[in-house]
Formats: sequence, C-alpha cells, structure tokens
Amino acid sequence: MSDADRRSRSGNAANGFGYEEALLFELSREDRVGYSLPELDVPAVSPTDVLPEGSVREDLAELPELSEVDVIRHFTRLSTWNAAVDLGLYPLGSCTMKYNPKLNERVAHLAGFSAAHPRQPAALLQGFLHLCYELARHLAEVSGMDRVTLQPAAGAQGELAGIMMIRAYHEHRRDHRTKVMIPDTAHGTNPATATLNGYSVVEVPSNDAGILEPAAVDAAMTEDVAGIMVTNPNTLGLFEENMAAIAEIIHAKGGLVYGDGANLNAVLGIARPGDLGIDVMHFNLHKTFSTPHGGGGPGSGPVGIKNLLAKHLPVPVVQKSSGPDGDAYVLDSDFPLSIGRLHGNFGNAGMFVRAYAYLRSLGPDGLRRCADMAVLNANYVLARLKDSGAYKIPFDRTVMHECIVSDGNFSEQGVSTLDIAKRLIDYGYHPPTTYFPLIVPGALMIEPTESESLEGLDRFIEALLAIADEVHEDPELVRTAPHHTRRSRLDETRAARKPVLRWQPNAAE
Amino acid sequence: MSSTQIPKELLYSREDEWARVEDHRVVVGITDYAQDQLGDIVFVELPEIGKPLEIRDVLGAIESVKAVSDLYAPVAGTIVEVNRQLEDKPEIVNEDCYGDGWMCVIEIAGDDALADLIDAAAYAQHCADRAD
Repeated sequence: MSDADRRSRSGNAANGFGYEEALLFELSREDRVGYSLPELDVPAVSPTDVLPEGSVREDLAELPELSEVDVIRHFTRLSTWNAAVDLGLYPLGSCTMKYNPKLNERVAHLAGFSAAHPRQPAALLQGFLHLCYELARHLAEVSGMDRVTLQPAAGAQGELAGIMMIRAYHEHRRDHRTKVMIPDTAHGTNPATATLNGYSVVEVPSNDAGILEPAAVDAAMTEDVAGIMVTNPNTLGLFEENMAAIAEIIHAKGGLVYGDGANLNAVLGIARPGDLGIDVMHFNLHKTFSTPHGGGGPGSGPVGIKNLLAKHLPVPVVQKSSGPDGDAYVLDSDFPLSIGRLHGNFGNAGMFVRAYAYLRSLGPDGLRRCADMAVLNANYVLARLKDSGAYKIPFDRTVMHECIVSDGNFSEQGVSTLDIAKRLIDYGYHPPTTYFPLIVPGALMIEPTESESLEGLDRFIEALLAIADEVHEDPELVRTAPHHTRRSRLDETRAARKPVLRWQPNAAE
Repeated sequence: MSSTQIPKELLYSREDEWARVEDHRVVVGITDYAQDQLGDIVFVELPEIGKPLEIRDVLGAIESVKAVSDLYAPVAGTIVEVNRQLEDKPEIVNEDCYGDGWMCVIEIAGDDALADLIDAAAYAQHCADRAD
C-alpha cells in the first residue's frame, strides 16, 4: 500500500503546515535581538563594581539570539503540533483531561489576582486570602472533610503532605508504626509517597471483580500499619463498594485512611470521601476542578483532613478573624505540631482562582451533573466497544468515570496496545493511558470526561472500531503507525537508556 | 503465550521470577514471560549485598519503557552476589533472561526458604491463566 493510500484510507489528523522547526539554539544568529532599550539616563554602573567577587561570569552565556518574530513563530508553530483539550477528545485515563472553561482564565487574569505579589503583607492580600478561605471551605464541603490546606503544588505533593500528617499523628502519640497498606490497583505515586515517609509498603490484592475485599484488608492489617491509601473510584474505574467497612477495619487497629482524590470527578456531589471514613485526602484541581493539566499546568493538590489531624496542618493556615470592622483573613503559623511549610508561598495560587471560578459557576447541581455525565460517557464508550466484540473487556461491569479494554484479541496479529495507541494519533486522538493499571495485561484506559458530546464520543468509538478492523485486514498498517505525524516511532528505549538532556553546540554529529 | 520459554529445570515464583537452586544458593532472575510483558528494559535497580530477605520482600526494581515493576525475593535468605553488568546494560535481561540476565544470588536461610516456589508446569499454567 502506498503512503497516499494509507492517508486517504482513514484518519483525520493533519495539523498545521508541513514545515519542520529547528531548535531556538539552531535558529540563533549572532547579534540578532528582540528588544530595544531607551538610552541610559542614569550613570552606568559596572556589575563588577557592585557585586561580590566571583558572582560575575567572565564568558557570556550561550543563549540563543533571536528577534521577536523568530520566537513567536517558533512557539506558535510548535503549538500547532500539540494535542490539546481545546483541539479534541483527550481520553487519558486517570488524568481527567476535562475542558478548561475560559471563564476561569478571565477571572484568574483580574489584576487583583494576577498582579499580586505573594510577599505583599496579608493586609494587602485580603481579596486573595478570602478566596483561599472560601475555596478551602467549598472543597471541604464537597468532600466531607473538616479542613483543607491549599499549599501542595500537585497531587504527588498532596499525598506527601497527607502521609506526613498521618506520620506526625502517630509519632505524636508515641505510636511507632512502620507500614502503609496499598492495593494492587494503586497509582505508582502511592507507594512512592509511603517510601518517602519512611514506611514500607504492604500490598493488598483486589478481588476478581477488581475491588478491595474487607477480608483481604483485615488479613493484612496489624498494629504496625500506619494506614491505607485508597483511590476511590479505583484505577480500574470501579467504585470501592466496601470503603466504609475497610475504613472500620483500619480504624479498629489504630490506622488512618488516606484517600487519593485522583478520581474524585466520578463522585462529585454524589458520595463524599469524608462520609466513607477517609481521614485525609488530596484533590487534584487540575483534574477534577478544571484547571489546566499537563504542559499547560501547573498542578495543584490541596489536602483535606478530619479534625484529628488539624494540629499537623502545613503552615501558614489561612484563618478568618471576625471583628467590629468585619471579617479579616490572617496567616496563622501558630501550629507547633505542624508538618511545616510545603511551598515557598501559598501554593500554585493562580489555580485556586480558576478552581474557585469553576466551583462557583457550576454550583452543587452542576458539580453533580459533571459526575453524572462523566460516568455516563465512560459507560457509553464501554458499552459500544463491548457490543462490537472488537476489543477484549477485562472487567465487564458498570464502571465509574473510566473504562478499560485490552489488546487481548489481537495477539495472533502481533498487534499490541502500544500499536493501537499510536494508530489513534492518525485518527486525531491523543491516546488513552496504556499498560495501566498494571494488573491488566495490555490495558487501554479510557476516560472521556463529561466534556464530550454524544457525537464526539461516537467519532472516537468509530476510530477504535476502524483500528480493530485494520488489525485484522492490515496489521502492518497499525504496527507501523502513526503515519500522519512529522515523526513516527521515536526510539523510546534509546532515549531512556542514553538520554541526551541538553543541547550542546556541535553535538549533533 | 506459546512462544514463552519456561525451562523445566528451574523453579518459579508467581511474581515471575525464576530460581536456580545450587546447594545453599539460589540464582534469581525474571522469566521470559516477565521480560516480554515489560518490553524493553531500560534500568535495573539491584539489591545491596548482605541484605537479609523474607519471601516476597522487595529486592529491587525493573524499569521498562512501559512501567516500573518491583522485583520480589522468591526465596528467604541473604543477598550474596548481584549482577553488576545490568547496571550499564539492562538490555541483557531482554536478550538472555535465563542466562547473562540473572539478577542476584541469594544464600537461602531456613528449611522452608523455597516453600513458595512452583515448578515449570505450574508456572506455565499460571502464565496461561493470566492470558485469558
């Protein structure tokens, strides 16, 4: 088959003009500049006269020299190569790549927020602190927790903060525990968090239906275990139905329950982790609360706690003090048992504004509708794929916000999940999460989110079905995909084994 | 799965390690099934020599282009040797998992140190069960 045939056969991905783009360093021309400064109207000062010895470099940094238009074209061109939520469905399972409403951006760009400096005195940051206080209150309400800290910069740091508080709680009671229990469906960050806090990990197997069994938790629970880390819904997209019973087992032996909020989107307004026995959890504002995710981040990972952990909260804590002149918001660092500061300033503050705008614009009914639609969309994708018989369905039951299919039907053709994922790029889709969770061989984990219309979901499903047909008719086409991109298969193995981390002159040959 | 090699003379763990018993020592590596599932291996984290282990303790980690997986102790004992060659050439595990791609040698402790291991036929069944 010719390349032209391959292109005409299928797929709708073709973005931007067909140019290549060099690195900024390669585009550099000596003495080209992108700025013009007015003439100096103060006496010139040489840096060597005013800076300490050794702090002025002798050679010039080899930064690229470019004009403004060079730089604008460079980044604009690269941006047209991107997959993005603003371009189409981005079904990356467990990442909740929902649409980021533009209203959030508008609000975050208000000068009172965007031009504020984090080191302004609290008296001059009252609007921002008020927003922090209210956002924390709303997150607590949505999750059934008592208090929320906004400091952690992303989900993984939220986990770290949560387990640090669990550790501080036990240590303060002179109860030295050494282990953290984690299900086999967990995100890799959970065991990493436990290890960073000095705990060893006890893995609990999920049952044949993909969820945790109270008996399995009971068998693994000892008075050495500081707590359990549970993601609910779990990474198979399944609701941990035994959550309350599991929490009881853990609490009975003095442990605490950590809730990984990665998949909170599925239960917004329906179930509250705090009501199910969770003592501490993190939120991903960049997943559930529509702040940008991925390259456009940064993330933000607030942590909610029950009052038994309040004295260990990271400082400073934003508190409201009511007086005769009305409410004021203050930064309170008087927490002697605090785990300390987790961020130089307030956290990723711009994300607080966006998440607050999202929460307030949706309201309670809107939040619940998010969860309803996210769950409906995932089940629609699963039902159509199941009815087609084209893909293997490892867990055939109603799911929450994401569903899993596998490459199990294609082993005879020698086509793997990686190949399906690469071929989806030709159809104009960012691939779903692949090979995760680890307990499903060849998993493709699809999370459509509530942002997609029925037509959008149908187009994606049709693409998956067309690829399944291709696997049988022309497996080579799938094994060598993508065909519509500027680069096809990058050598990921060599990139990992012999990484080149930095551009250097004359290194190309 | 039919192409997966499972040498008859070795013992296996359900976590996809193989074990070759030589008197009081056991040579440990990962199976062909495991290396095939992992794909190209890019990094192997080996245990410290002298580390005492219970069965299923985490020995180290194997990173591939797909995932990072823990390596578990298939037997109880003490680490006496590790395959340093894998630090620079992790690809050996893909190329020769039962030979030059061995991971470590454990000196076994206790009478039931091998208790959790299964033979080649049982391991083949274990692989087939997961392929369904």
